[in-house]
Amino acid sequence: MVVRRLFRDSAHLVRPALVLVACMALFLVVRSAIIPKAFGQYGHYRPGALDLVRQHPIAFAGQDTCVMCHDDQATVRAAGKHAHVACEACHGPLAQHADDPAAHVPKLPDVADLCRRCHEKDAAKPRNFPQVATAEHSSGMACNTCHQPHNPHL
Amino acid sequence: MDISRRDIFTVGGKLLILASVGATLKQITGAEPPSDAYRLADHWWGMIIDIDKCIGCGNCVRACSKENNVPEGFFRTWVERYQIEDQIKEVKQPRVESPNGAIDGFPPLAPIDGKSFYVPKLCNHCADSPCVQVCPVGATFVSPDGVVLVDQTYCLGCRYCVQACPYGCRYLHPETQTVDKCTLCYHRITKGLTTACCENCPTGARLLVDFKNPKDPVHEILRTNKVQVLKPYMATGAKVYYENLDGAVR
Amino acid sequence: MIPGVDGFMYPNEVELQWSVLIVLYPYITGLVAGAFILASLERVFNVAAVRPTYRLALLTALAFLLVAPLPLQLHLGHPERSLEMYLTPHTSSAMAMFGFVYLWYLTVVLLLEIWLEYRTEIVGLAQSTRGLKRWIYRALTLGSYDVSPAARRMDEKVGYAVTVIGVPSAFLLHGYVGFIFGSVKANPWWSTPLMPVVFLFSAMVSGIAAVMVLYVVCMKLRKTAIDMRCLDTIARYLFYTFVIDFTLEMLDLIHRTYESDESFRSLDFMVHTRLLFSHVILQIFLGTLVPLFLLAANQLWRYTEGTRKAMYMTAGALTLVGIFAMRWNVVIGGQLFSKSFLGYTSYKMQLASREGLVAAVLLMILPFVIFFVLVKLLPPWQGGKAHEA
Ligand code: HEC
Ligand code: HEC
Ligand code: HEC
Ligand code: HEC
Repeated sequence: MVVRRLFRDSAHLVRPALVLVACMALFLVVRSAIIPKAFGQYGHYRPGALDLVRQHPIAFAGQDTCVMCHDDQATVRAAGKHAHVACEACHGPLAQHADDPAAHVPKLPDVADLCRRCHEKDAAKPRNFPQVATAEHSSGMACNTCHQPHNPHL
Repeated sequence: MDISRRDIFTVGGKLLILASVGATLKQITGAEPPSDAYRLADHWWGMIIDIDKCIGCGNCVRACSKENNVPEGFFRTWVERYQIEDQIKEVKQPRVESPNGAIDGFPPLAPIDGKSFYVPKLCNHCADSPCVQVCPVGATFVSPDGVVLVDQTYCLGCRYCVQACPYGCRYLHPETQTVDKCTLCYHRITKGLTTACCENCPTGARLLVDFKNPKDPVHEILRTNKVQVLKPYMATGAKVYYENLDGAVR
Repeated sequence: MIPGVDGFMYPNEVELQWSVLIVLYPYITGLVAGAFILASLERVFNVAAVRPTYRLALLTALAFLLVAPLPLQLHLGHPERSLEMYLTPHTSSAMAMFGFVYLWYLTVVLLLEIWLEYRTEIVGLAQSTRGLKRWIYRALTLGSYDVSPAARRMDEKVGYAVTVIGVPSAFLLHGYVGFIFGSVKANPWWSTPLMPVVFLFSAMVSGIAAVMVLYVVCMKLRKTAIDMRCLDTIARYLFYTFVIDFTLEMLDLIHRTYESDESFRSLDFMVHTRLLFSHVILQIFLGTLVPLFLLAANQLWRYTEGTRKAMYMTAGALTLVGIFAMRWNVVIGGQLFSKSFLGYTSYKMQLASREGLVAAVLLMILPFVIFFVLVKLLPPWQGGKAHEA
């Protein structure tokens, strides 16, 4: 009797509970339907993201590629102090050129700006790095009148 | 049953869901793990930077910017110049500068009473990264090969990760409105190339390393040199090691 | 040199990531938590004197709670993706978990408690009104018209239970907001275990002050007499919580100063320069010391009704400004210094952009609009009188 009365008096409380449960059930259904596929395969993320990042196009082909076609410059460079300076460090990104040399002929670097960036005298540079106060050193002449860019040794 | 107030919330919720189904649709279809010869489990990437080799030319910054279309005014890598004066009478704060991330290098510095040097910076690709920890949705993560990446199709742009990064390596991309950062040139290193910054570093101050490769020079370097990571007290498991790092560097 | 920057910032740090909208977010959530805790005083702790504000506090809490997620939403780079927070919540992220705490609090605590409290009126209005209103109230009954004394006794019991659950939930709600900031180890201005506690008590302070001010304003607008016993009690509780809040904040300050760790020089400089106005003047002096003094004076001496009202209102308004300044100093201040501790940037608030001043002002007005609608829909006044009678 007491129990029945209790049920009757709290019957209305079942309604908000039902609404809540219904919402939660709906959420679970929707969630399972639209959660990204394979989410969590490697960790808490979408595994497809790895491929997405990998799809980014390459701009710098890498010196191994340049060397395949330009063995003249490569041999010259290998003999000098710029042996470890990559081609594209001076020439800029040339992956498109490497893919199709005829369609993308590169512009040659501007020597006036180029050498200075690496060789200008600067107290913060490592002491053993060859550096010159370019204005005095070249007295206005382009660096490549005396130095050969691919093998700068005189 | 009549329409209740909670139902109204539910309807609102449904509309929201419908709206974001559109947004998520791409992710439902395009999820395939990498397919070619590259095996995620065989690599654990990092980098070694030798401060004593850096000449502050800014080649890495320019190369990164061109390789990754980094938006102007933001940096995935940058170079700082530290000047630490002799501490004769008082302890002075170091003077640090990085004009526009050093994308055009630095103006020449005349000798000072003290020491000065360059410090290249980039994402440390932390193994226990606070940025990954705080991401509410799993849009940023450590890949199985140890690179911290952002899923541009999933990022909310809440920028909690930017706040959590102790090194200032993240930014909100002004066009995509998602968080962007160094990917360690993931598109290059997974195809056998080195990163754009390492490729273009004239002095070899930067070196991409693979800790899981027993033949990688990193093991010899770590054995024969004293190395340090930035802000070690943050305990983030940083994988960018520095040789000859001064204690003043933050 | 970059305009607005002193010293050295990491290049990506120059622009602030979290704008004034993120200042609003803990402010508004704090008002919710505080208002609810005031409401629960009556129910759980049997402070009968504050009964006239019980319903008012609940509606205030609801109005602000409905607005609380909006600044976050508006600030996102991709608001349309926000559902991901529920689809793939990252369990280690305080922000993701906040979403669930919020929903729990909204549905299980606040809506349920309001529904239980108002059931008699809703059923009555569903039968007495006409037209659209009738439909609204009928929907609100959820189809049950049982308001027999037995059923109401049941409601009373369940309502009590909900409030008992609600108090820790409100603590959780705002403690969590504090944790979102306090757990960022990269940022020494935020990273302290005291942050959730400080946030919690400042939330209670702001919520109680808000309800106190709202109560007086509502009574003035309705040209009804203010229940001074009620107002005195609220002011007394405001004073207590404020003392705790102030103690905690001073503890944090003293601790930082005494420890003087690596970040101290930088933060100290920031407080004395860029944050001088908002931190020292607005937050500590005008927003804390002055109201504390006004409230303390009322504990020590008796004033006339008019003076008391004026003192309470001044204290309440200053408190609300002070707590806002506190949120500002946490959120904005935490981004003004470089994580290299070598430089400072400045925050340039935009005006009409998505995260600008206009958006912030509108977001601050919105809860009052909602509050107005709620008061029209569910009048808080009858209940109070019925109870008194
Ligand atoms: C597939 C072979 C190939 C590869 C790979 C290649 N190049 Fe070339 N490159 C050429 C050819 C052919 C030309 C001449 C194009 C012309 O003049 O029409 C050329 C021209 C150039 C020139 C301009 C010479 C001039 O006189 O103006 C430069 C500079 C250059 N290459 C640099 C590079 C660099 C740097 C790389 C590496 C990224 C590279 N190349 C990779 C084939 C190649
Ligand atoms: C130190 C910077 C530097 C490096 C490293 C470098 N180059 Fe050059 N390269 C130059 C400059 C400067 C010129 C333009 C010379 C001129 O204008 O007379 C040039 C010219 C060229 C030309 C045009 C023909 C010529 O010899 O003048 C080719 C082709 C070329 N480089 C290819 C390469 C390749 C391939 C590599 C890598 C193996 C390479 N370069 C590395 C600076 C560099
Ligand atoms: C990207 C940086 C970079 C650029 C650009 C660059 N160099 Fe160099 N240069 C180097 C490096 C690295 C070395 C080797 C330093 C060493 O061995 O310690 C070097 C060495 C030299 C040397 C010393 C050779 C020796 O025998 O001691 C000369 C001279 C030189 N470069 C001239 C030039 C000239 C001229 C240019 C412009 C055409 C130029 N460099 C452009 C990086 C650069
Ligand atoms: C007039 C010819 C001439 C021009 C022009 C010239 N150099 Fe030199 N450079 C020399 C000679 C000669 C040496 C070797 C003598 C020496 O070691 O001082 C040399 C040496 C160097 C060295 C090595 C210094 C060292 O400490 O080992 C660098 C670096 C250098 N030059 C860079 C440049 C740069 C950059 C430019 C363009 C701004 C340039 N040079 C233009 C003639 C020239």
